[in-house]
Amino acid sequence: MSVPGAAVLEVRGVTKAFGEREVLRGIDLTVREHEAVALIGASGSGKSTLLRCIDLLEDVDDGDVFLDGETITDPAVDTVGVRRRLGLVFQAYNLFPHMTALENVILGERRAHGASRADAEERGRALLARFGLGGREDDRPDNLSGGQQQRVAIARAFAGRPRALLLDEVTSALDPELVGEVLEAVRDLKGEGMTMLIATHEMSFAREVADQVAFLHEGRIVEQGPPAQVLETPYQPETRQFLSRLLEAGRA
Amino acid sequence: MPSDRRLEREAAKRRRHRRGQAIAALSSVVVLGGLAALILTSPGWPTVRETFFDWEVFTDSFPDVARAFWLDVKIFIVAELAILVVGLVVALVRIAHSPAFFPLRLLAVVWVDLFRGIPTILLVFLIGFGVPALELDGVPSEPVILGAIALVLSYSAYVAEVYRAGIRSVHRSQRDAALAVGLTESQAMRHVILPQAVRRVAPPLLNDFVALQKDVALISILGPLEAFREAQIIESQLFNFTPLVAAALLYLAVTVPMARIVDRMGGPEGAVR
Repeated sequence: MSVPGAAVLEVRGVTKAFGEREVLRGIDLTVREHEAVALIGASGSGKSTLLRCIDLLEDVDDGDVFLDGETITDPAVDTVGVRRRLGLVFQAYNLFPHMTALENVILGERRAHGASRADAEERGRALLARFGLGGREDDRPDNLSGGQQQRVAIARAFAGRPRALLLDEVTSALDPELVGEVLEAVRDLKGEGMTMLIATHEMSFAREVADQVAFLHEGRIVEQGPPAQVLETPYQPETRQFLSRLLEAGRA
Repeated sequence: MPSDRRLEREAAKRRRHRRGQAIAALSSVVVLGGLAALILTSPGWPTVRETFFDWEVFTDSFPDVARAFWLDVKIFIVAELAILVVGLVVALVRIAHSPAFFPLRLLAVVWVDLFRGIPTILLVFLIGFGVPALELDGVPSEPVILGAIALVLSYSAYVAEVYRAGIRSVHRSQRDAALAVGLTESQAMRHVILPQAVRRVAPPLLNDFVALQKDVALISILGPLEAFREAQIIESQLFNFTPLVAAALLYLAVTVPMARIVDRMGGPEGAVR
């Protein structure tokens, strides 16, 4: 266990363009041990791209990402090894439709971490039970509600005992009445000290769970600080404008 | 107690259903009866009945043709298994993006273009007569094996493209999710992408196999005594085509059940109801 408060994830000057479109224009961000950082910002502001860059699903153009001090964006780095130390939960769940809930959760443990079937299944069952899915182990994703699917996806990302969890808008594909159960699962992980970077549109949730809120605007982090400060007394005009728009839409 | 409104609706639904059945029955009688009348009243029908549908010739020749058909079945099963494997390998090589695979990838493209582009009957000829002419050691020279190899070459090219289409149809987010849980690219292919791809392309794959079952008859040009050739031999002895009809029925006996399986996999829309 590293010293509490040590940086687990560090993003330094990261840029990323898709063709002509510059999505990230120099991101600096630190996520410390046991800390939850909420990443807020309009759709298309680059939240998903940043998370995908950190999990090495996209190559960064410039800058670097460090995981426990190691430069993971170095071209020589073992990308598979890095992904095994991180967990990513997708907006659209991306469960494997041909596998049961339990098989989804244990695939990484079995194939990436080399656990025996018995051990992986035991842990997988315990994880599903922990997220309120006891008894649903043998259901395929299309037999589960959106909220249940996303909880399976969270269990799947968590099963590899990641150093940090990356959550990409995990509630925005859900019907409103299913949002709560998924947030409850994230709250549970926060309670046990999981280090998390959470891209979210749920401001009240960000206020409650996050230690830090970072506002991403046009590919840059415009403002960062404790939730109370950023969400209630933002310094930057862009942040104020974004929050007032959310307020008008009844989302804040 | 259901309401009157509901009873009324159900009665109307039953009436519509009965009316539909009556129309289907009537139109079947008209169409099929008309066709039968057309054939049975044609001037040549008595001759055709004698030369194609002679019951005695049928019962005499059927056991021989059926015995020969067993060879078709054996060739079909072995070739089918080989095609599934070779087709998959060609498809995987073709989509592999490692630079080390470049020459193999080129070969896979050529393989598909070449063997899909040559008529199967020509391929059977070229392999069946060309390969033995090379007089290479250790290369099979039995016509049955060479014919089966030609079928495998031809069909694996089709099947490789079917697999490839299936693999490409699996959304990229599945690969991302597999990599995110820590799998390597090849593990992602094996555990996540291929199982979904194969399920999706099972109907078109089976469809190709219905075609293969018939094309086994092409091997007859190399000489092996399979059903079509056996039937031809009897036909030329008796000057009667009935053995060929017997062979046709045998092919149908395996292709029709297969076709129904394909229908069922395609969902209820494809099935005859």
